[in-house]
Amino acid sequence: MSIFDKFEDIRNILADLSQGGQNPLEVRFDDIRSPVEGTVDGKRVLLFGTSNYLGLTFDADCIEAGVQMLRQCGTGTTGSRIANGTYTGHASLEKQLAKFYGKRHAMVFSTGYQANLGLISALAAREDHLFIDADSHASIYDACRLSSAEIIRFRHNDANDLARRISRLKGKPGSRIIVTEGIYSMLGDTAPLREIATVKRETGAYLIVDEAHSMGVLGAHGRGQCEAAGVEADVDFVVGTFSKSLGAMGGFAVSDLEGFNLLRVAARPYMFTASLPPSIVATVSAALKRIQDDPSLGARVRANGQRLYYGLEKAGFSLGPQPNPVVAVKMPDRDTAVTFWKYLLAEGVYLNLALPPATPGSLALLRSSVNAQHSDEQIDFAIAAICRVGRRMGLIEAARFKQPVKQAEKLALPAE
Amino acid sequence: MFRDGGYGILAQVKETVGAQIIEVLSKVIPSGIPISDGTRIARDLGLDSVAVMDFVMELEERFDILIPLDQIADVETVRDLTRAVEILVKDAA
Repeated sequence: MSIFDKFEDIRNILADLSQGGQNPLEVRFDDIRSPVEGTVDGKRVLLFGTSNYLGLTFDADCIEAGVQMLRQCGTGTTGSRIANGTYTGHASLEKQLAKFYGKRHAMVFSTGYQANLGLISALAAREDHLFIDADSHASIYDACRLSSAEIIRFRHNDANDLARRISRLKGKPGSRIIVTEGIYSMLGDTAPLREIATVKRETGAYLIVDEAHSMGVLGAHGRGQCEAAGVEADVDFVVGTFSKSLGAMGGFAVSDLEGFNLLRVAARPYMFTASLPPSIVATVSAALKRIQDDPSLGARVRANGQRLYYGLEKAGFSLGPQPNPVVAVKMPDRDTAVTFWKYLLAEGVYLNLALPPATPGSLALLRSSVNAQHSDEQIDFAIAAICRVGRRMGLIEAARFKQPVKQAEKLALPAE
Repeated sequence: MFRDGGYGILAQVKETVGAQIIEVLSKVIPSGIPISDGTRIARDLGLDSVAVMDFVMELEERFDILIPLDQIADVETVRDLTRAVEILVKDAA
């Protein structure tokens, strides 16, 4: 009898994953050479599973800003802002974020996960009602568990279902709080925010949108799906992360609502954790400036997403519903997905294996993400590799893809 | 009386809440697995956390109620769920 007996199912799954090569959950990179390339077991691989959408992790300005601040302020703050105080960088980044989103207030959290945890759990108290999309990220589910509100799921991306569920509350007291995401991280589909904003207005609810995967990616100015859908004025709280398009780590929330700053002493995941090191704050600030100065970054990642999506769609793979920088290939079952993933790594393409219950509809997915730094040649290499493996495993018809696969076979891993 | 969201009124469907829960549950698991009041929903039927929540969503439609996730945290068996749904149906009437 062990305290770990409860994890027997997980133990068995991990043992299965480890058979026949690399365990997809334990990939170890020897090094990361750029936003698009790394080394695994001494072998070069192209990175198609990093959510590093704008490819800013090696941006010279971001690195320089971080190094400078590392020397100036040291390695860490060693405590929360409530206890150890706010550094100039924290405050100026919050101003920069508020200005970027055109909102009055901003709060910086130590991770994107904690931004959801802090905002949602503090806002939704006893007697309040949280309505979350069924395909919400784990951080939203965990925020619900930390909150004492009633938690109701609505059908994924279904505004009518949301309205029907809110109406079932009838006259019950308490705030109605809707939580949705800009781009959903598993299938890469966007939320129908116009319709959801209509429900919000009609029901007097509050609306929180998590733009973790859409900040810097969608919208003419990179403000995400809220901007793209033209509903920014309807959204009460935008949540996001620094660990994807901004290439670092941390999270944030912005809002126009008065009282927002009370969350600094009401949100436990903000209060009881160390604040971001000043060096990270500096790289985030520099990356946000890059987004503001260079709208072509967003355009490039969107174009790259379309190139990968349509390339794989043409090849006959079953994909998520929309061409976005997250491109998910649906696999018939878990074992096929695992084998496919291992073959792909051997082909020099790294992407993410996503399995239930972390996926919607119990799907087994090969989840890839492109970034603005991928070249056409690199994307075509990935398409070719995926097609070769798909053909070898009998998942796509060889005849239908004769031309692209033939071309693909001639491609070598693009030069460094 | 309660409506059941698209399936007709109570008089036209099964006699008890428990029977209806078992009917909905039988649609989301492989056929042939026996289900009774004492069946543990997740453990005995092999449903993962998302599958359980999806099943609960189906029950919300069937009974035209809201079943808050925090209220089903303590539900283990079909019997537990039946009791919880009976209360929610009564409250919603």
